[in-house]
Amino acid sequence: MTRTPPNQTPPRDVYFFATCVVDQFFPGAGMDAITLLERQGLRVHFPEQQTCCGQPAYTSGFPDEARKVAAHQLTLFPNDWPVVVPSGSCAGMMKHHYPTLFASDPARKAQADALSGRIYELTQFLVEVLNFKPEDCGSDCTVVLHTSCSARREMNVHVTGRQLLGDLAKVTVAQQDHESECCGFGGTFSVKQPEISGAMVEDKVKALKATSAERVVSADCGCLMNILGHAAWKDQQEGRTQPALPGEHIASFLLRRTSKETAR
Amino acid sequence: MNAPQTPHTLHFMPSAGFRARSKNVVENPFLRQSFRGAMDFLMSKRAAQFPDAEELESLRSLGERIRQYNLAKLPDLLLRLEDKLTGNGIQVHWAETPEEANEIILGICHKHSAKLMVKGKSMVSEEIELNHAAEAAGVGALESDMGEYIVQLANEKPSHIIMPAIHKTKEEIASLFAEKVEGVDYTDNVDALIQIGRTVLRQKFLEADIGLSGVNFAVAETGTLCLVENEGNGRMCTTAPPVHIAITGIEKIVEKLEHVPPLYSLLTRSATGQNISTYFNMISGPRKPGEKDGPGEVHLVLLDNGRSQAYADEQLRKTLQCIRCGACMNHCPVYTRIGGHAYGTTYPGPIGKIVSPHMLGLEATAGLVTASSLCGACGEVCPVKIPIPDLLVRLREEAFSEPKANPAMRGQGAGHNGLISNIWRGWAMVYRSPTMYRAVSWLTSRFNWLTPSKQGAWTSVRVPLKPAPKRLRDMLAERR
Amino acid sequence: MSARDRILAKLRANSPSTAGELPDVASWYAGHRPVESAADKAQRFRHFIELAHAEVYRVSRDGWLQKLWEVLSARHIDKLLVSRDTPHGERALAELPQSGIACQAYTQAIESWKAELFHHIPASLTGARGAIAETGTLILWPDEREPRLMSLVPPLHIVLLDASRIHNTFYEAMTTEGWQDGLPTNALLISGPSKTADIQQTLAYGAHGPKELVVLMIEEDLQ
Repeated sequence: MTRTPPNQTPPRDVYFFATCVVDQFFPGAGMDAITLLERQGLRVHFPEQQTCCGQPAYTSGFPDEARKVAAHQLTLFPNDWPVVVPSGSCAGMMKHHYPTLFASDPARKAQADALSGRIYELTQFLVEVLNFKPEDCGSDCTVVLHTSCSARREMNVHVTGRQLLGDLAKVTVAQQDHESECCGFGGTFSVKQPEISGAMVEDKVKALKATSAERVVSADCGCLMNILGHAAWKDQQEGRTQPALPGEHIASFLLRRTSKETAR
Repeated sequence: MNAPQTPHTLHFMPSAGFRARSKNVVENPFLRQSFRGAMDFLMSKRAAQFPDAEELESLRSLGERIRQYNLAKLPDLLLRLEDKLTGNGIQVHWAETPEEANEIILGICHKHSAKLMVKGKSMVSEEIELNHAAEAAGVGALESDMGEYIVQLANEKPSHIIMPAIHKTKEEIASLFAEKVEGVDYTDNVDALIQIGRTVLRQKFLEADIGLSGVNFAVAETGTLCLVENEGNGRMCTTAPPVHIAITGIEKIVEKLEHVPPLYSLLTRSATGQNISTYFNMISGPRKPGEKDGPGEVHLVLLDNGRSQAYADEQLRKTLQCIRCGACMNHCPVYTRIGGHAYGTTYPGPIGKIVSPHMLGLEATAGLVTASSLCGACGEVCPVKIPIPDLLVRLREEAFSEPKANPAMRGQGAGHNGLISNIWRGWAMVYRSPTMYRAVSWLTSRFNWLTPSKQGAWTSVRVPLKPAPKRLRDMLAERR
Repeated sequence: MSARDRILAKLRANSPSTAGELPDVASWYAGHRPVESAADKAQRFRHFIELAHAEVYRVSRDGWLQKLWEVLSARHIDKLLVSRDTPHGERALAELPQSGIACQAYTQAIESWKAELFHHIPASLTGARGAIAETGTLILWPDEREPRLMSLVPPLHIVLLDASRIHNTFYEAMTTEGWQDGLPTNALLISGPSKTADIQQTLAYGAHGPKELVVLMIEEDLQ
């Protein structure tokens, strides 16, 4: 894995690939990620034409459809700027699977290879490229971090989220049981094998709650949809009006902790 | 591409009904807890064997390289192995299908008027359902690995390739022995239970006409069959009876003897977290004149059963790198939730999902390939670096694409569903076009109050997914 | 076409054109395993085989028989299976009966006394060809003098090992001794008494092979 060392001259411009899930379901997380980057003095470019990385079709066994959608994204980043993605699994798709997806299309393969080297998962970019050290403006709190399987095993960036949270002086990061285990989302897996997926998310939420952390944070909105979706369902089942396990994207948490006016 | 082979159907465990079987286990808190505990134990044992991440990575790379090198030379190596074994006095047989393999084995049994065959642990013999065929042919087939013996007594199948009875508690085994073994009173003392098995099976090793075993590595340059085990039953089966029959898949071959130590080390450390197994049994021939024990005849059955189909495709060939350690199932969150029986195949877990389609066809296994969140834990621990998640994605494509004229595998397109395919086509139309995507996502966000409260399987344990009232792009536009 | 020909034809039709270079096993071991003194190797061998529940006694070239007697007496065993054709077997045959231990030599083909071996032989003595330090492993090459079942059937297996024959790794053992040029009908690595964890992952010894493994290790003349 090639890593950009903490850069002496950080880039001035970056592309932001929001992912379809953030655009439609977690827009606040996207805004917070952009604000975080801008605060570091970066010009953040949001290509208006972006849609989805193509992963849902790819992992479901429909590579032709994934290729069509991916081919469109290949055209969105003409300048040689880093592409920051606030999701480990979509970043993994673009970094590792685009080159194989276009293996038999030389022109697009070259584009995919070039793009692959510029793809960064958000926390990875903050740590490895910007050498970002968040300054904690909040009061004591305990959170628990869930790292997506793609971030962990495909992007190999499970350490960067933990490092950022670790840099926050007043934040304690709780350790959950079976931390590295999948939350059970897996895209269409969650609806094709609902019993198994349901058992996995049930165990994950139990483990997260057992830490007594006040919230769960994650750099992957797919996992958050699944984890928070089950936690909220459990709240309903058990007649709670306040969420037993609130959660948010790590970008939102970081932004709030480092802003004097909103820190808590 | 190769012609489809004779379909092989497992007698005891239909592949259909995977979802129903997994639901049964998932809803049983006792089983859930018991599998979780067992897998936690095996994971921590393995981790303790690999304290040095750099050593592990370089050894895995070496293991991968050895397996790929030997697979690349497979047809040549099979001939060299055959030549060398024959020279050593071992008789070599070839079987394309489970039926042919059973016929060969039972033919040897009949030639010796065999009444009893004792079996060392062999997943390939499970794959061909030898016990079933032997019974039908009037030959007793007795499992002698403690786990296999327990499972056979209970009239079940192994639920794990290394620990066959991992789904059973000692209390269940105690009741089983008390009920099925003559003269045995109920005891749930594990040592006592093992001694009961020892006593029963010793007599059988003494009486048996045939010993059957699997093979972990077959070495071409020396003509040697290598067997890995802890109990000594494998040695009993290959040494005490007058005839030894070994059966193996055609992929288990290495050219050089020096290829064995790295693979053997990876195998035991990955499988059970042992630095080495109690026994490593290297068999290079039957009893020689002057020797006082060992079988007078040794046979090797080389089984294809779909392996040549996997071999034909560069990507699918990686499936054959497997050394059957079971680490993928020990680390799999799906296996941990449902155990081995739910899969309905001889080989459960992640390796089962990628190998079974070649043995049973995608028509019987299309459901299995969807049973993964592609979390990647299996690929991460695989000692020979099989990219299991990538292979699952490939198998999904083979299963769900439209049936083709020259398929890469049997049952290609078996899971094809016109409606689903059209949904994905529609999805691609929307997401490849920024205009359509903007229109559709605008509608779903503006009319998010129309989001249904029941969203199929998703809402069985989750609240409905509801698009935000404003998309990120709307927020960005407002900010400007 | 036979099954053999059909299988080979299918494989040949789809073989990659090249296998690439031979995997470099030697350099992996060169880079990952320490070179140790004979005494260190003996220590490491002992550490690992004891972890696997074997008993190890340090003995002298002359004194091992005394320790053998002690091991048997402590277990009230009065019968030992030995070889008639090995120096250690001969010595046991010559000297142990005077100390109340009957020695039986493995002289007949197994068919003539299988039941007796399985039911009435409590212990055996064999030599070891060598050992492996890294894993605590004995190397045995059974032959006409010390047949295969001697190290398998009796509940107690006692092994005489010359510590100067301990290799660092399995790889080193096979390459320095040239195993690739020819193996006996049966070669064995033994790393402890027989065991199983097939019932609820609970370790139990004495599954099908020896319940106990005792190593008499001659540690004279080690550098």
